[in-house]
Amino acid sequence: MKKKQRPSETLTSPLETLPTSTLFEILDRLPLSDLKSVSLTSKTLLSVESSHRRTLRPLRPDLLPVALRRYPSASRLDLSLCPRVTDASLSSLPVSPSLAAVVLSPRSVGISRYGVAGLVDRCRNLVEIDLSDAAGVDDAAVAVIGRGCANLEALRLSRCVGVTDIGVAWVAVGCRRLKRLCLRWCVKVTDLGVGLVAAKCEEIRSLDLSYVQITEKCLPAVLRLRKLENLALVGCVGIDDEGLMALKQGCKSLETLDLSYCENVTHAGLSYLTNGCDRLCQLNLSYGSLVNNSLGNCLGKLSNLQSIRLDGSHVTCPGLMAIGTCGISLKELSLSKCSGVRDEGLCFLVEKHKDLVKLDITCCRSITYLSIASITTSCTSLTSLRMESCSLVSKEAFILIGQRCRFLEELDVTDNELDNEGLKAISRCLELTSLKIGICLNITDEGLIDVGTHCHKLQELDLYRCASITDSGVSAVANGCSRLQMINLAYCKEITDCSLRTLSECSDLSTLEIRGCVLVSSIGLSAIAVGCKLITKLDVKNCQDVDDVGMLSLARMSKNLRQINISYCSVTDVGLLALSSISCLQNMTILHISGVTPNGLAAALLACGGLTKVKLHSSFRSLFPRSFIDHIQARGCELHWRDKPFKFEEDPKIWRLHSRAEIRAV
Amino acid sequence: MDLKKRQSPEDPTSSSTFADDPSKYFFANQPFPNFDPFQQPLIEFCPPVDPLTDVKRPNQLDGTTPKSTHDSTSVQEWDVHTILNSLSLLEQKIHEVQNIVHSISPSDSHPTARSIEITAQKQQLVTANVTSIIIQLISTVGSLLPSVKSFVPSISSTSPLHEQLDSMKGSDSDEKVKCGGEIDPCSFTIEESEPIITIEDHEMKDCEDGGEGENLPPGSFEVLQLEKDEILAPHTHFCLICGKGFKRDANLRMHMRGHGDEYKTPAALAKPSKDTSSEAMLVKRYSCPFAGCKRNKDHKKFQPLKTILCVKNHYKRSHCDKSYTCSRCNSKKFSVIADLKTHEKHCGRDKWLCSCGTTFSRKDKLFGHITLFQGHMPALPPDETKGSGSSINGQNNEGSTDFDSSNGKKIIEEDQGYFSPLNFDACNFGVLQEFPRPAFEVGDNPFAFLTNGSSNFIRKCGDESLDDL
Repeated sequence: MKKKQRPSETLTSPLETLPTSTLFEILDRLPLSDLKSVSLTSKTLLSVESSHRRTLRPLRPDLLPVALRRYPSASRLDLSLCPRVTDASLSSLPVSPSLAAVVLSPRSVGISRYGVAGLVDRCRNLVEIDLSDAAGVDDAAVAVIGRGCANLEALRLSRCVGVTDIGVAWVAVGCRRLKRLCLRWCVKVTDLGVGLVAAKCEEIRSLDLSYVQITEKCLPAVLRLRKLENLALVGCVGIDDEGLMALKQGCKSLETLDLSYCENVTHAGLSYLTNGCDRLCQLNLSYGSLVNNSLGNCLGKLSNLQSIRLDGSHVTCPGLMAIGTCGISLKELSLSKCSGVRDEGLCFLVEKHKDLVKLDITCCRSITYLSIASITTSCTSLTSLRMESCSLVSKEAFILIGQRCRFLEELDVTDNELDNEGLKAISRCLELTSLKIGICLNITDEGLIDVGTHCHKLQELDLYRCASITDSGVSAVANGCSRLQMINLAYCKEITDCSLRTLSECSDLSTLEIRGCVLVSSIGLSAIAVGCKLITKLDVKNCQDVDDVGMLSLARMSKNLRQINISYCSVTDVGLLALSSISCLQNMTILHISGVTPNGLAAALLACGGLTKVKLHSSFRSLFPRSFIDHIQARGCELHWRDKPFKFEEDPKIWRLHSRAEIRAV
Repeated sequence: MDLKKRQSPEDPTSSSTFADDPSKYFFANQPFPNFDPFQQPLIEFCPPVDPLTDVKRPNQLDGTTPKSTHDSTSVQEWDVHTILNSLSLLEQKIHEVQNIVHSISPSDSHPTARSIEITAQKQQLVTANVTSIIIQLISTVGSLLPSVKSFVPSISSTSPLHEQLDSMKGSDSDEKVKCGGEIDPCSFTIEESEPIITIEDHEMKDCEDGGEGENLPPGSFEVLQLEKDEILAPHTHFCLICGKGFKRDANLRMHMRGHGDEYKTPAALAKPSKDTSSEAMLVKRYSCPFAGCKRNKDHKKFQPLKTILCVKNHYKRSHCDKSYTCSRCNSKKFSVIADLKTHEKHCGRDKWLCSCGTTFSRKDKLFGHITLFQGHMPALPPDETKGSGSSINGQNNEGSTDFDSSNGKKIIEEDQGYFSPLNFDACNFGVLQEFPRPAFEVGDNPFAFLTNGSSNFIRKCGDESLDDL
């Protein structure tokens, strides 16, 4: 009977008559969830979809052989979602010549040279390997890569602390086509290894040497690389001005340079390092030396510079002015957490850089209305403005932002004196996709309704501790901003299930934080579970009315849930066990849940094989047998034991006073 | 010379016995028996040690001087009794020596191996006794010194020690020995023509090869040639009072302070300035006494040595046995102790190995080598090379052919300073071996693959792990 039915079906389905290339074109345009549906339609579409799939992100390493056989043309294998990747799982891979890229980070802790050998042996045409965080990888393992992957173009070895110059030398000699190399935190690598890589691999475009114990001795060889575009030297404290002065010529092809946390490099060293770098457009000098007049003058020589980050540096007024007058036209500037930023310097700076697109003045606590007025007047094309905790800025300034910066896409005014008038003005920035107005205690529904009615493109909304917000405001946002992906309603205590019910209309919602919303119950949560299928992160901490019913709906509907915090909820073993049936679930925080017994918790932990991180109260520690804990950890799950006392939430205004006092004390 | 003769009756045999003595070399090879009377072996040779020598020794060792003899305040009050006592002892001693010398002469007619040995021993005894006599003499005179300063130069220039040295230099170099008129009243230096050149030790720049580049026209410099024994003598500065030898003039001057306050004056302690008046313009160069050596003045392409230190090091390196063996590798031998020390600094440590089989003592040299040649790789830590032995060997062959073909192909200049002071030690092999053994869950025998041909060891171990898990 089946046999008879099938030919007729094949004939009737017009999709299957299409040529494969056309089908591929169609599949290219489908979202991920629909691809799965397509593949389940018919055998033909299953095989078409199987040969169309390029990227694999399996959740469990034990399914790898099956997955690779089913998707023979997969070129990229991303194992970052697996709880643990071991030598055995890599050695069990089928021979897959099509595989070009393998991402093992950050689940590569258990991998040793044998796993790497297995991988390299079966995937002969690898072009990209990400082995970051592989603590078990040593020189021998890296040597296997150097020996087996002659075509390798990208290699990431971040935090592979076992790798020394010897291993790097094998890569340098074996992989001559290397274009991107990341040796971040490879603390055993020295000038010798880096110098050899630079000498042997002439194709390198991107080199990350952050926190490597290099000095300026390897820099001449690195800067001689003709195609080098990106160079990161974060935290290379071995490099200092004196050494840089010996450099004759900078790298002409260099486009981005990251010198953050290089305490020993000042403007003098920088000028030697960037000598002749005409194409340099991005420079990161965060947490470095003093930003003064000389540095400004030094930056003036880099004619193509578009972006500077000076986060966490001490800035002088003449320094900012010198950056203003240095003749370049910046598009991005970050002064986040800089000390010494005053109205005078900042006003002068922004007047000269009228093309600024992104500006970050987070925690510049000394600036006032004047600066904002100047910024909004000069930089009308701003798309991103971050000004968290600029506490001296008065509420009138936000009206100016709304009136003048009409192209804003991202605005962070967390912890400011923003009020409804300001928010109303800001809501006229119709391009806004991300709006963060947390800890703005003066905001009420009035302002939020305006945001909901105007900012239809909004994807992220942060209302953390906006205690005056009620259901009507949230409903307005939920109705108006249908593309909402992230909403933070933590400690908005007026919120009820009603808000959640309206939010469930936002089908793109993936992150929801309703921590401390005590009026929310399982009914609202169930509505979210039904409506928002893509929900991946959920924080319902301190929602005492959330119980097993909510968990059961989540277990049934939210198959994409990765992270959940259910501390202080009324969940019992039943709810927890239901949750553990979500195969994607990786991260759980389960503190102070009175209804959970040790047995229930143990069952949940055993049932949920994909867990990578679980926060538990330390009282459970003694109740579990040692072998059980070992078993859970061997599967790749980290258990974090917390010993926090049971705590009630404070009033938001008191909380804010406390937090400000703390900041001042620091 | 006449001064010398005036003193010689006290020691009639010394110069004649030593002048053409066959046992001269015996002495020369000893670590200075003739100069240092307080060396342990010598004291064993002369059991009838005279009490004065014994008394004297502590003074020399610690450099302090008993007040009774040297205190400047009590200088005028001669202890006549003591002087007489020591003089009589001296007389006794001289008689002893005379007896010994008498006993030597008859056995010269029948030279057998045994007799020669005995003779040699007796000669040593004579030398030791004579030396102690000299010292006794000097110390006796020395106690009178402050009041008889004017006599001292004559004593110093006619010292029997000096005589010994002269006799060893051989006849031809005698003419060059000039005792400068301005010798420090209480000390003298063995020098050729220039009385106050300080012979430094190894620390001085070793310029043995420095003479190569310099093209002094022949005749524009004065060629001096020291004799073998002189070159090998460890001490070149001697205390005139106690006879103790020193390598450096400065050390001698420091020592001299112990002999009295008059040596503590700034003038006495100051470094002797170069004598500009006498033959300052004439450059001095040195010749190696070894006939046929390129550094010998008779060689056709004679290349002179710049300084005395050069002579010393050259002679030891080129014409002496390499008696110092490296205690680490037991194979490298050196004749200059400084060379041994330099070698020992690196020997046995950080054996950096390239896949072509070349070893390097320093990691930066290995990396320079790898940079230079294509296809060469650093050898992996031992446990790995065991595992993939044959593949490493395969690469050895590859590497060596590569080496031949690409010999001299420079990729980048080797002059890059590669040395990183940051954690050089953390990168040596000792650390590599400490790498934690991989947590490879193959169950029973994790090294099963070692026995297989390691060219396929990767697949092999992979399969095993698959089976086990």
